[in-house]
Amino acid sequence: MSPRDRPKRELHPLGGSEAAEPRAWGDHTSAQGSTAASMAMPRYSRDQMAARVARDIPEGAYVNLGIGLPTLVANHLPKGREILLQSENGVLAMGPAPSPGNEDPDLINASKQPVTLLPGGSFFHHADSFAMMRGGHLDFCVLGAFQVSVRGDLANWHTGEPDAIPAVGGAMDLAIGAKHVFVMMEHLTKRGESKIVEKCTYPLTGVRCVSRIYTDLAVLDVTAEGLAVVDLVDGLSFDELARLTPVRLLRKPA
Amino acid sequence: MIDKFVASVSEAVSDIRDGATVMIGGFGQAGMPAELIDALIAQKARDLTIVNNNAGNGDTGLAALLATKRVRKIICSFPRQIDSWVFDALYRSGEIELELVPQGNLAERIRAAGAGIGAFFTPTGYGTLLAEGKETREIDGRHYVLEYPIHADYALIKADRGDRFGNLVYRKTARNFGPIMASAAKCTIAQVREKAELGDLDPESIVTPGIFVHRVVEIPMRATRRVA
Repeated sequence: MSPRDRPKRELHPLGGSEAAEPRAWGDHTSAQGSTAASMAMPRYSRDQMAARVARDIPEGAYVNLGIGLPTLVANHLPKGREILLQSENGVLAMGPAPSPGNEDPDLINASKQPVTLLPGGSFFHHADSFAMMRGGHLDFCVLGAFQVSVRGDLANWHTGEPDAIPAVGGAMDLAIGAKHVFVMMEHLTKRGESKIVEKCTYPLTGVRCVSRIYTDLAVLDVTAEGLAVVDLVDGLSFDELARLTPVRLLRKPA
Repeated sequence: MIDKFVASVSEAVSDIRDGATVMIGGFGQAGMPAELIDALIAQKARDLTIVNNNAGNGDTGLAALLATKRVRKIICSFPRQIDSWVFDALYRSGEIELELVPQGNLAERIRAAGAGIGAFFTPTGYGTLLAEGKETREIDGRHYVLEYPIHADYALIKADRGDRFGNLVYRKTARNFGPIMASAAKCTIAQVREKAELGDLDPESIVTPGIFVHRVVEIPMRATRRVA
């Protein structure tokens, strides 16, 4: 079978695993603004979302960025902060892509793209890499998602469709392992449905694992009482957000 | 004199029998023992169970092995990729069995086999499809799933340098599954870029001690390194 014959694969949200389909994001974003509702709405760009996430990552943090949208966060980490990026395939203090001609096939990230190592970086095997996650050593991970529920359940690995070939990678380990699990996703699907839901309809990646949700409309904290709105995109009111989001939202304390 | 070096990859894999479980190192192309896989293809063992993180990329290496239809089952975490068309076609036509395992559970199940652990409780996957039917337990208020080790008859791995005792060092992220697979198989076969004389590898830096390694083959790097 040649590459051209292969069946078109389903989109997936690139949930913090090695998922190797950067093109999926292209497809996804090109669909943005296709509904009348979303056309009219103020929203953060992908880079603004990434910058907003980066703002919340402090000096000294150990961070795993999921593939797709979350990888953009690396471009926005404040220059003055020393933040160490972990990649599940066995590297800490991962640096940016190498200059052309300097790629090393033995030095790749979870998406299997060439990267570099920063001074102080280290290599380790897979059991150690996942001990860093599962053992609670990683401070933050940033993941994409299909859906997040009001209680912080995450669905990001499988559409559950009968003909879908399931692939999970490290998504489930990251979801339950990192001290803070940030989700970064568009607020609405292409059809204009909320990706923040009362109960996930897609198969779960982890139960009650998400701490904060960054969307193109708002930043929301998962709390026992509901989702607390931390930020809203300029020009959007709490009531408008609440109309688009079918779960209990809490106003930010004044 | 102990000398784990064998002359060729075909000699190294010659006794792999039909029905064997074979771990294959590598994360994508990094650390994939391509020459050992080619030798396994030429050797014609069938009805194999393969353990790898993925299920082959493109048409070479593990993908080429799958294409021979001599693999009955694959245990992996991430089969579906942009270039996994060989696996995809076999899976959709029901010609290969898939056991999908979250990546950290895969690594830990391999590690557990090598460490003589009978089973372990892991929080990964609790409450998901991949834990359905499995024993669970609440420990100190957290939920866990019981997972069993994955043992193998053979492990095929790739390291950077090795000596005649089988001590290995790896290169960058090509290390990935090598050290844990080496410990989990009855017979571990390592291909190395360069043979090191005994005593040349820094004992403080040896990643896989030779006790876990049974055969070593030197495969010098091609003159022109392929850039990924």
